[in-house]
Amino acid sequence: MSSQDFVRSLQGPSAVTTNRAGSGVGWDPILVFTLLLVIGFGLTVLYSALGGQETVFKNQLIRIAAGLVVMMVAAQLSPRFYLRLAPLFYGIAVVLVALVLVVGVKAKGSTRWLEIPGVLRFQPSELLKIAVPMMVAWYFHDRPLPPSFRDLLIGLLILAVPAACIVVQPDLGTSILVACAGGAVILLAGVYWRWLMIAAGALAAAAPALWFTLQDYQKQRILTMFDPQSDPLGAGWNIIQSTTAIGSGGLYGKGLLQGTQSHLDFLPESQTDFIIAVIGEELGFLGVCLLLLLYLVLIGRGLYIASQATQTFSRLLCGALTLTFFVYVFVNIAMVSGMLPVVGVPLPLVSYGGTSALTLLASFGIIMSIHSHRGW
Amino acid sequence: MKMWRHYLVAGLFLTACAGIGARVVFLTVTERDFLQAQGNARSLREETIPAYRGIIYDREHEALALSTPVASVWSDDKRTQWSAKTTRQIAKILELDVHKLAQQQLDAGTSKFRYLKRRAPWAQVQALKALAVPGLNFDPEYKRYYPASETAAHVVGITGIDDLGLEGVELAFDDRLRGRPGRKRVLKDRRGDTIENLAYLEEARGGQDLQLSLDLRLQFFAYSELKAAVAGHDASAASVVMLDARTGEILALVNQPSYNPNEVQTSDYTGKRNLAVTDTYEPGSTVKPFTILAALESGEYNSATPIETAPGYLRVGRKLVEDPVNRGTISLQQVLQKSSQVGIAKVALALPDRAVFDVLSRAGIGEFIGTGLPGEVVGSLSDTNIQNPVVKATMAYGYGLAVSPLQLASAYLTLASGGKRIPLSIIRRDGEPPATQAFDPVHTRAVLDMLETVTADAGTAPKARVANFRVAGKTGTSRKLSNGSYDDERHVALFAGVAPVDDPRIVVVVVVDEPQSAAVGGGSVAAPIFSRIAARSLRLLGVAPQTPVVNTAAVAASDGGAT
Repeated sequence: MSSQDFVRSLQGPSAVTTNRAGSGVGWDPILVFTLLLVIGFGLTVLYSALGGQETVFKNQLIRIAAGLVVMMVAAQLSPRFYLRLAPLFYGIAVVLVALVLVVGVKAKGSTRWLEIPGVLRFQPSELLKIAVPMMVAWYFHDRPLPPSFRDLLIGLLILAVPAACIVVQPDLGTSILVACAGGAVILLAGVYWRWLMIAAGALAAAAPALWFTLQDYQKQRILTMFDPQSDPLGAGWNIIQSTTAIGSGGLYGKGLLQGTQSHLDFLPESQTDFIIAVIGEELGFLGVCLLLLLYLVLIGRGLYIASQATQTFSRLLCGALTLTFFVYVFVNIAMVSGMLPVVGVPLPLVSYGGTSALTLLASFGIIMSIHSHRGW
Repeated sequence: MKMWRHYLVAGLFLTACAGIGARVVFLTVTERDFLQAQGNARSLREETIPAYRGIIYDREHEALALSTPVASVWSDDKRTQWSAKTTRQIAKILELDVHKLAQQQLDAGTSKFRYLKRRAPWAQVQALKALAVPGLNFDPEYKRYYPASETAAHVVGITGIDDLGLEGVELAFDDRLRGRPGRKRVLKDRRGDTIENLAYLEEARGGQDLQLSLDLRLQFFAYSELKAAVAGHDASAASVVMLDARTGEILALVNQPSYNPNEVQTSDYTGKRNLAVTDTYEPGSTVKPFTILAALESGEYNSATPIETAPGYLRVGRKLVEDPVNRGTISLQQVLQKSSQVGIAKVALALPDRAVFDVLSRAGIGEFIGTGLPGEVVGSLSDTNIQNPVVKATMAYGYGLAVSPLQLASAYLTLASGGKRIPLSIIRRDGEPPATQAFDPVHTRAVLDMLETVTADAGTAPKARVANFRVAGKTGTSRKLSNGSYDDERHVALFAGVAPVDDPRIVVVVVVDEPQSAAVGGGSVAAPIFSRIAARSLRLLGVAPQTPVVNTAAVAASDGGAT
């Protein structure tokens, strides 16, 4: 099997387009417009899911607005800047996430937060969703591609260290997303097919061993996915309630604010991870489809921008950020509809949660920057 | 193969999207009905709406039983544990012992259902709701209140905790009184709190009101007089039945002991028996008028027919029938007036075998009355060995048969109504019901006139007299059976009376069981009760007083009634 380089295989018409760096405001109308639609859709559903908690809703509005500002700022910076920044940014992020293990704030049984009391409270692991793919892309950008085995191992190490730090928080969901973001870069950098096969085979072989490394509650979640009815009031509760919510919405849904599952408190986490169930119940199949369509536009546009970029770093970073976004969507919906075990992955730009929205919008800012500087 | 990686990524991507899409289609289309039903099963509930139970009125539209809204208060201990302060507040409002309440909460642990108080009054419920304590629930119900309290307790009866009739009219007419509970569909959240009433599937339909034949005022007279008398004579029990002589309606029906239906323990049966309906007594001399009636019907006797009672006793088979004194030769009317055992036995023995039995049967003795009141007894009247002289003689003066006070009143009603057999009713009637003619009115008039002399000074019950009215009646004193023989210590004192004599309006039967005073006879125990009740009742009913009887002794001395 011959090795191929994704980056080189997708030679875009970069030479033809003008280099717009430094001239005017850098932004992509398609991305911005679609993002605003998703955000609007998300806020509408969130308003319903929150059931009149006005202050909470306002918080989310403020965070989204902040996120949009960050996005527009990020879009103005040059990919060259990100390239130079990558090692420092990655270093800081890893230090912070390591710091969480020492002085983190505990909430709901896991230690994920850093807090400067009264000033700031945030999840450093969120930074890594951008920092890891940036760093892996930085590492590969001036090396021969497809990567050598040694480069591949170093790339894996770059993503494995922070992912490990996050897993022990414990926060499996974020850890998976971080690993996926880094892994996407490696995949896009062009890994030998047979190595992929070997990795997949090794993973399959190691699965039984991995099983024993899981926490009890994680094992429980996997078992529950296969048979939610085995413990309908305990482990199976979330998934039974969410599939019920989605299914009972039917084609058109019960209408905003009319969902019984969510508003009567049967559906847990209805404003965060399980918000797609609220959409399914209140806006029906069509509502879910509309949101998926918007997501597809974002992902498609992201991949297109990646294909148009001329620089290795830009192409890898943009492709990885887009694929991470896709993993977000896929894991969340698959989890809520009962296809994957429950891991804490929010529905991007719709679920309540400030840091996640901020990171996502920042990564779209980077994608837009890559687009406006595609000639570099 | 240049593009294979591109295709791989795109392929994985599309597969994932298709997977999600397929799953969502599966849930929203294929599984929709099942999942919708599941969703509804979580949140939709049907609840019953309690129905308003009909009001029971007396004949003057005075409420005897009515329903007021209350609520049973229960707690879901799984949801909440109260602070000490909250527990104190709740205990104070519900008037419960705070330590007991706290202990109960400890014992309950995380039980999901525990009654704090059933049927708490509405004011308490409102106060509790204002506290807004989580985990407190209120089930609306209705509670029965009985304004007449113990006065009418036996007739009106009671309902149980589920608002269904347990005793009295509440039980007898439960079908009519109880409403049909409605149903409503409500939306409940995970904690079981009702969020919204979605639809009324069926309106609650209130029960029908019921108007009884009772007159609460007469009932009250009867009750207060009886209660006082029972206390005075230290009797074990007593009953009064008052009938409307024209319509057969029961105007008053009281017993001692009674109970307060507003604070009743359903497991406690003290005082709950409606003795006038459910218990039988040997009527003793109170049946003598019917023996006289049989004599008149035979055509061989009139009120003046002389009866030889000397020497004051009579041997019938192995039984000795005695009078307290040798009265010599007396008229038939005097046999009744003085209640002569020998005289009445002689009359009965001279009559055909079945004559007395027939008259008693036609008067309704030994038959079911059918007021519908729970526990009504048939009593006993048997024609076995009717040709036996002992049986004939004892039946003539009221032994060997058993009647309830209500039956005795029903029998006297035939005398008061001119021989008509009018069915009794506890429900108010408009006008006179269809009745069968049991006796010749001429004969019943004659018996009534003879009975009036009983209340004369020479009679056995001068204490039954009512000022300004002419009244008739008959005393009875029967010994009670115990261990197979008659007990000389335990008596039943009876008086059955009709007032006024010339145009009877009321029939009153008084039965006092085991009076402990020195005089135990019907004339001294039961007759005065009749007198006092009849006096107040006749005045209340607006019966015109007759010319004051200046000298009742004169009536007695005359030869006993005009007929």
